[in-house]
Amino acid sequence: MQTEPWQSNKVVFAALGLPALLWLGVFFVLPLGFIFGLSFSDKSGIIGHDLTWTGGNYLRAFEPLYLGIFGKSLLVALAATAACLLVGYPVALAVAFAPPKIKMPLLLAITLPFWINILIRTYALIAVFRTRGFLNFTLEWFWNAGDSLLRAVGLGGLGDFAPLELLYTNTAVALGVAYVFLPFMILPLYASMERFDRSYLEASLDLGAGHWRTFFKVLLPLTMPGVISGVMIVFVPALGAFFIADMLGGADSQLIGNVIERQFLGANNWPFGAALSFLLMYLTFAAIVLRRLFAARAERADGGGYAPA
Amino acid sequence: MRSFLAAFFVMLYAPIVTLVAFSFNDSKRNIVWRGFTTKYYAKAAANESLIEAFANSLTIAAVNMVASVALGVAAAVLLWRFRFPFRHAADGMMSLPIVIPEICLGVALLVFFNQWWPRDLAWPLSLGNIIIAHITFTFPFVAVIVRGRLASVNRELEKAAMDLGASEWQAMRDVLLPQIRPSIIAGALIAFTLSLDDFVITYFTAGPNSITLPVKINSMVRFSVTPEVNAASTVLIVITVIAAVLAMRFQTARRA
Repeated sequence: MQTEPWQSNKVVFAALGLPALLWLGVFFVLPLGFIFGLSFSDKSGIIGHDLTWTGGNYLRAFEPLYLGIFGKSLLVALAATAACLLVGYPVALAVAFAPPKIKMPLLLAITLPFWINILIRTYALIAVFRTRGFLNFTLEWFWNAGDSLLRAVGLGGLGDFAPLELLYTNTAVALGVAYVFLPFMILPLYASMERFDRSYLEASLDLGAGHWRTFFKVLLPLTMPGVISGVMIVFVPALGAFFIADMLGGADSQLIGNVIERQFLGANNWPFGAALSFLLMYLTFAAIVLRRLFAARAERADGGGYAPA
Repeated sequence: MRSFLAAFFVMLYAPIVTLVAFSFNDSKRNIVWRGFTTKYYAKAAANESLIEAFANSLTIAAVNMVASVALGVAAAVLLWRFRFPFRHAADGMMSLPIVIPEICLGVALLVFFNQWWPRDLAWPLSLGNIIIAHITFTFPFVAVIVRGRLASVNRELEKAAMDLGASEWQAMRDVLLPQIRPSIIAGALIAFTLSLDDFVITYFTAGPNSITLPVKINSMVRFSVTPEVNAASTVLIVITVIAAVLAMRFQTARRA
């Protein structure tokens, strides 16, 4: 595509570019710059802050109290990401290998929940997880079926069904995060499998590798860029999803997002909250850089080792 | 493989389908089915603060849609047509509002508006800060979608129109815009949906007198879980799903 130098039509260039530039400058860069300064400020009085270039707000994040919270938060986000990957990988594989005719409807069905409000999808899970919820009803049905089966063959019963106390626990938060972010995991996985040449699988199987070996030595390494993308796209937002912990979690279910939210809307320690949100942002940038690196490496490997004859 | 996919879709949709179903359930507690009723929709419609939140949401989404399309299309055409210093930096900065965690943008705008935004404005203006916040993160989406379409547009057509006497503005309006119209409509619908759907950024920028439907639903859930919440949620689901499906239609529309 031919582009023209900006000097060739300065009026059009300015008319097209200035509005967006000004908008981002005033309503994006300025607010972010402001809380960047805030993150190096000291609290003074109830609502005041002085820019003292202190590093204390960042250091405070590494105090044992907060390290404990962050550790748990990372664990919940990791568990959710792992669950997403375990469910998402086979789903993406099934869609990528589905007949072309039903591929688009399947993809549409996977992306559609993404458009439904994230808060509403979280709320929908309350009815699933609670003591008298659908998950427990289903388990109870299987339990009773097993119970009567065992009685019938004279092995005694399983006893009474004890419902799982799932809602308001960290497990509920992790499952909730996994449920809500699942489409984010499946789409990049699917994209990497779409590009994957199926003849490699046939070659591997023909040459005597078993199914497991083919999976771990051929399919997984070649779809790694998709796995990395999916993991990053789920993991970082999961850390910030404070409303999921609020709705499904208990008193000790806190994600980093909950701590940030509390600094701004409850505890009123803006400098500390600003430092935490910048830490989360740095994590995001690190994830982006990491993804780029992996993508570049995969491309090199693709061009070198598997060049088509 | 087929039964695995079926199980997956059941898992994915069952919570949403039951949420919608139980908005029609004639029982205060969402546990057992007690017969069909629409009384919770009537109750939701009679809930003044809920209707106010809904009206706020639609107003914000509509204004956001117009502004996001204007900014997004202009930015997309700029990056497609010109080369200029720091082009890559400008391109990268445009995608930042999409990339950074929502909560970070939310708290930054909270602090910003707290400092510089007047309080106690009259109604449509009181939504101004939420609208500004929404435009900031939706117009880059519009730009991305429009650029996808621009990639296959031939710049020579515009030049030909101008050689034949069209002004810069006429060439843009009569030659360029018709070619990218489906992507503009798709971008507009997506801007509308993202705004209507947004919870996190709105949560931080909304004042006590300017709440939106998702924020209202959040506080209703805190208070108690009732079929009325399901009814309000169902209305939001229906609107956003229709807008999103239409958007995908337009985005993948073949060139006429």
